[in-house]
Amino acid sequence: MNRILKKRVLAPAVKLIEVENPFIAAKAEPGQFVILRVYEKGERIPLTISDYDREKGTLTIVFQEIGKTTTLLGRLEEGDRILDLVGPLGKPTNLENLQRVVVIGGGLGTALVLSQVKEMHKKGTRVDCIIGARNKDLIILEEEISPYCENLYIATDDGSRGHKGFVTDVLKKLLDEGNRYDRAIAVGPLIMMKVVSNLTRQYGLPTVVSMNPIMVDGTGMCGCCRLTVGGETKFACVDGPEFDGHLVDFDEVIKRTGMYREEEKLAMELLQRSLEGGL
Amino acid sequence: MAESKRKPNLAKTKVPMPEQDPQARVKNFEEVALGYTPAQAVEEAKRCLRCKEPHCIDGCPVNVQIPEFIRLIEEERFVEAYHKILEMNNLPAICGRVCPQENQCEKLCLRGEKGEPVAIGRLERFAADYAASLPENGGKPAVRDSQPKGRVAVIGSGPAGLTCAADLAKAGYRVTVFEAFHTPGGVLVYGIPEFRLPKSIVQREIENVKSLGVDIQTNMVIGKVLSIDELFAQGYDAVFIGTGAGLPDFLRIPGENLNGVMSANEFLTRVNLMKGYRFPEYDTPVKVGRRVAVVGGGNVAMDAARCALRLGAEKVYIVYRRSEEEMPARREEVHHAKEEGIEFRLLTNPVRILGDDAGWVRGMECVCMELGEPDASGRRKPLCKPGSEHIVDVETVIMALGTTPNPLIARTTPGLELTRFGGIVADEATGQTSREGVFAGGDIVTGAATVILAMGAGKKAAKAIDEYVTAKRQG
Ligand SMILES: Cc1cc2nc3c(=O)[nH]c(=O)nc-3n(C[C@H](O)[C@H](O)[C@H](O)COP(=O)(O)OP(=O)(O)OC[C@H]3O[C@@H](n4cnc5c(N)ncnc54)[C@H](O)[C@@H]3O)c2cc1C
Ligand code: FES
Repeated sequence: MNRILKKRVLAPAVKLIEVENPFIAAKAEPGQFVILRVYEKGERIPLTISDYDREKGTLTIVFQEIGKTTTLLGRLEEGDRILDLVGPLGKPTNLENLQRVVVIGGGLGTALVLSQVKEMHKKGTRVDCIIGARNKDLIILEEEISPYCENLYIATDDGSRGHKGFVTDVLKKLLDEGNRYDRAIAVGPLIMMKVVSNLTRQYGLPTVVSMNPIMVDGTGMCGCCRLTVGGETKFACVDGPEFDGHLVDFDEVIKRTGMYREEEKLAMELLQRSLEGGL
Repeated sequence: MAESKRKPNLAKTKVPMPEQDPQARVKNFEEVALGYTPAQAVEEAKRCLRCKEPHCIDGCPVNVQIPEFIRLIEEERFVEAYHKILEMNNLPAICGRVCPQENQCEKLCLRGEKGEPVAIGRLERFAADYAASLPENGGKPAVRDSQPKGRVAVIGSGPAGLTCAADLAKAGYRVTVFEAFHTPGGVLVYGIPEFRLPKSIVQREIENVKSLGVDIQTNMVIGKVLSIDELFAQGYDAVFIGTGAGLPDFLRIPGENLNGVMSANEFLTRVNLMKGYRFPEYDTPVKVGRRVAVVGGGNVAMDAARCALRLGAEKVYIVYRRSEEEMPARREEVHHAKEEGIEFRLLTNPVRILGDDAGWVRGMECVCMELGEPDASGRRKPLCKPGSEHIVDVETVIMALGTTPNPLIARTTPGLELTRFGGIVADEATGQTSREGVFAGGDIVTGAATVILAMGAGKKAAKAIDEYVTAKRQG
């Protein structure tokens, strides 16, 4: 259980792993996540299930090495085991009765929407996909996702691929050109989801965003993952992770996400020092 | 010793418990109460009057044969005393430390009428710790290798689940415990702090349960990864649900999502299960401000307040809307908290949490309360005193207000009857739920209660499950 069968480097510091866990693979649905812990003294962190294969009994997880736990995870190799892996957690995305959907994936977001896009394709939904990244080297899983999209648009901050600018520029253009969608699904950095939601609100386009706040248990037991949606407190791990982007209080989520920034920095610095020390 | 020659110790008070000095202990997470020495235990055991009709046993939810084990301690047969307790109680080192004895066995002790009751809890702890200090725990319980009588799935590895599992294993069942967290033990590992219940002791008692042949599978959230119906489909004959008290309540006042406000569940899990007090050696951080308010008056509130102190807070308040009389916490915990310098703001209720621009707590507005007529719970209802608003300067607020049952299992188990509050309806004597073959007990049934009541429920359910499976297999 929890053995890493395959590992790929998708971009600098962005890695994909395929992990063996037949229990979770049997139950996973698009939009759900796992919580994992890498070693005995490690933290529990949530990561989205990017894809799953029920037959092989595997899950695919894509992550960026941004903190201590993801850095340690990135150092595991094929054949290694992840100490603790629990899931599938959260509610699956509801993908019923959709004719046409626009999916916006920023940064890692592409990896995180892969299972949704595949599922929609299977259900006959027409999908337009907008992928955003800082530059062309950071565009990930383009080949994996493109067969399931009717149109695939790319936006990079530096213009090294596709449109020079933000994913919202592309989205606005599509909407202004008269494209009509039943729903927008936006997954990526908080600020991107906020800007997308602000834009789609003007067009009356229902928008689903996926929240990934700090979590501990992932089963509703601690309330660490709470956020305000439409004036009510929700627990992202059990009520989400997906919410109506027009109702989420993004500014609060952004503040809460920074709650342990100093500690995260310290842990990372200590790790780097010990790695340099040849540990 | 012949009864006639025996001279009971007639001291009115218990042999005092050696404790870490309050000044020193607020700076560490080591155990506060240090435990009796053999000589102290014998001395205290002599206080037992060996009543012909002992009442103490009636006060024990699992019917430990109290006078018998105390007699064995007095006779310095410590390991036998431990085995005597073990007949009824699978987790004695834990119960000796955390049971509210003052409301149970010790409440009914005759010595309590004129002075202090016999220190039953401390003696229980002594016997268990003494046995544990010997190689092989003073002789391990035997594991059966005959054909199992059936297979039982236990959901949750808190005291209810562990007790049910251990009793069923002893009765000859193959038992699998499914636990959502990465470590078994429930509240014993994530809630109750190290200084009150060392995790090595919980570990030891869980190892004892495993040595009976119980298989514990961690990282398995039932209702997500497997449903109860799927467990039956896998061939389990019966299921016991012991999933605990559930989701933390908040006050629903403005400012509760500010940075620096947490549930006691979150705070204690970070500190105890994730060992946040040893950050950065352990990776999970936990933050407390210079001044901390803990809202609530139960054991959970006391534990959170005392942890906050040990994490370096200069000032810790307990903010509770009723008076000390109504506080549900164990007396000893309230006493320890006061000794350590925690300030009690009684008859005080928060109305709003104030934040700064960056979204961090900078204070809590409270009102003063007075007690009116008794409410449905029999406790006098607190009423707000108009014009008594005031601000308590704090940077951290920990909410220890109680819990609501987790709906995960109920939602995925058709036909499971629930109470108005979402708890599982179960027969008090057997734990039987509205679903055939499904039993439940502990906090998920009663709401947040105690370790020993959860154990009592696990025990009764184990007996009922044995009867159910035996009848089913015969019929
Ligand atoms: C901080 C604190 C201090 C306390 N102090 C005392 C004290 O001093 N004395 C005392 O007697 N009592 C005390 N209590 C109360 C006591 O701990 C509880 O009443 C008791 O632990 C309840 O036992 P339980 O087995 O019902 O549930 P729990 O101990 O809560 O265990 C439930 C277990 O089930 C697991 N679980 C939940 N859902 C699922 C699922 N879907 N699938 C798999 N596993 C699941 C949980 O992770 C948990 O491990 C305290 C409680 C707290 C929180
Ligand atoms: S992570 Fe604990 S409640 Fe959501």
